[in-house]
Amino acid sequence: MALSFLHRDRSVAPPGYSRWLIPPAALCVHLCIGEAYAFSVFNLPMTKLIGITTHAPNDWKLTELGWIFSIAIFFLGASAALLGRWVEEGGPRRAMFTAALCWSGGFFVAAIGVYLHNLWIVYLGYGVLGGIGLGIGYISPVSTLIRWFPDRPGMATGMAIMGFGGGAFIAAPLSVWLMSKFSTPSHVGVAETFIAMGIIYLCFMMVGAAIVRVPPPGWQPAGYVAPVQPQRLVTTRDVFVYDALKTPQFWLVWLVLCLNVTAGIGVLGQASAMCQEMFHHRITAVAASGLIGLFSLFNMGGRYFWSSISDFIGRKNTYFVFFALGAFLYALVPHSGAVRSVALFVFCYAVIFSMYGGGFATVPAYLRDLFGTRYVGAIHGMLLTAWSMAGILGPVLVNYIRQYNVTHGVPAAQAYNVTMYVMAFLLVIGFVANVLIRPVAERYYIGETEPQGVGRRVMAER
Amino acid sequence: MANDRGPRATHNALKLALAWGFVGIPLVWGVVQTLVNAIKAFH
Repeated sequence: MALSFLHRDRSVAPPGYSRWLIPPAALCVHLCIGEAYAFSVFNLPMTKLIGITTHAPNDWKLTELGWIFSIAIFFLGASAALLGRWVEEGGPRRAMFTAALCWSGGFFVAAIGVYLHNLWIVYLGYGVLGGIGLGIGYISPVSTLIRWFPDRPGMATGMAIMGFGGGAFIAAPLSVWLMSKFSTPSHVGVAETFIAMGIIYLCFMMVGAAIVRVPPPGWQPAGYVAPVQPQRLVTTRDVFVYDALKTPQFWLVWLVLCLNVTAGIGVLGQASAMCQEMFHHRITAVAASGLIGLFSLFNMGGRYFWSSISDFIGRKNTYFVFFALGAFLYALVPHSGAVRSVALFVFCYAVIFSMYGGGFATVPAYLRDLFGTRYVGAIHGMLLTAWSMAGILGPVLVNYIRQYNVTHGVPAAQAYNVTMYVMAFLLVIGFVANVLIRPVAERYYIGETEPQGVGRRVMAER
Repeated sequence: MANDRGPRATHNALKLALAWGFVGIPLVWGVVQTLVNAIKAFH
């Protein structure tokens, strides 16, 4: 009873409520959970919790700490897939509230783990609990934004998902600043920083949960007229969440997202080493870190830019651009190394990273076009398993191909050439998968008189 | 009703400014920090 204010019915917007309050509500959550991309700033300090200035024998190793992020990303995908329907049916406020508790709770438990120097508690805190917060938080505002912005669904979801890319820009300097404030000559200050960040994120995300509203039934923006001529790939009906899994369209979009992310995430992790090796003596380690910051800005900006463009040129055409232009640019990267053109290299990577981010931001609207609005958040949650798969595939491909080349005598400057061609080939496969996406078959749509959700079956099975 | 529209519009504008400022200011601060660090790195 005490938590009845979280119920969907209690968060229906009153008359006169501005829909432009929804993007900041979504950003309150996404800017916080986007911290995950900046977690690496804790890695080095956490290897010196005992030694303080140097790594002591009992200190944690970098390889052990790497698992914290991996566990969190795994639980992001798993919770988004398993809890998507719960998020969808309970409404955005309950989901954002839960995400805030899990995400900040993850920091608090991780702080206990750091304080007790028990890595398993950190895995459980930031990895498991925080990862669940990531998954619920990531999908919580998606369908609400799409309902409020039927005229610009790409732009609306792009704004929120841009926040996930932008969260690291806030978290990285904030974490470093907090650690500098809490550290003493005999103490690194990681646990206190975790507690401070947990409190900040809890407050920030609760503001999002407080201001988010769902539109009243039948609401449409003033002056909005739904297209009279239905577009071929844009449905006005809905597919039930688990029925979407039975359609080839879901798995083709899954492949499209997986391949786009595999190519991007693979080079994202290696971009610093890659530019230093390709332009030996021209790009230093410090300059490379600056370049990575620049690429991250393109990753964030691309999320808003490409998803907004998709409202005008269509989702399918937007992915055609990602795959065609992406394949060309990946194939061009070895040429930039051969002619020693840093400018060409930076240009290629900036566009590639903008399209990597754009792929994440455009996919919710693609799902809405294909499967309708009602269960888009839950379907999006299940699609995020493609991200988890790409998170394994991308780095493995890049690292192993490079290592194979180096051990077979290929010079370091050319060790990434084959990798780039493999990534370009993956994007060609993605292009083909995108070509194959057709409208969902009639039998998968929910009938006009059917109740929502529970007990639904595909019409053909009745 | 028409008289109510003015205060309501002002109230809405204020809420929008507060909400966007709440998320926009930290985001812009973070982006500026990143750009400053990137420029420093190139020097």
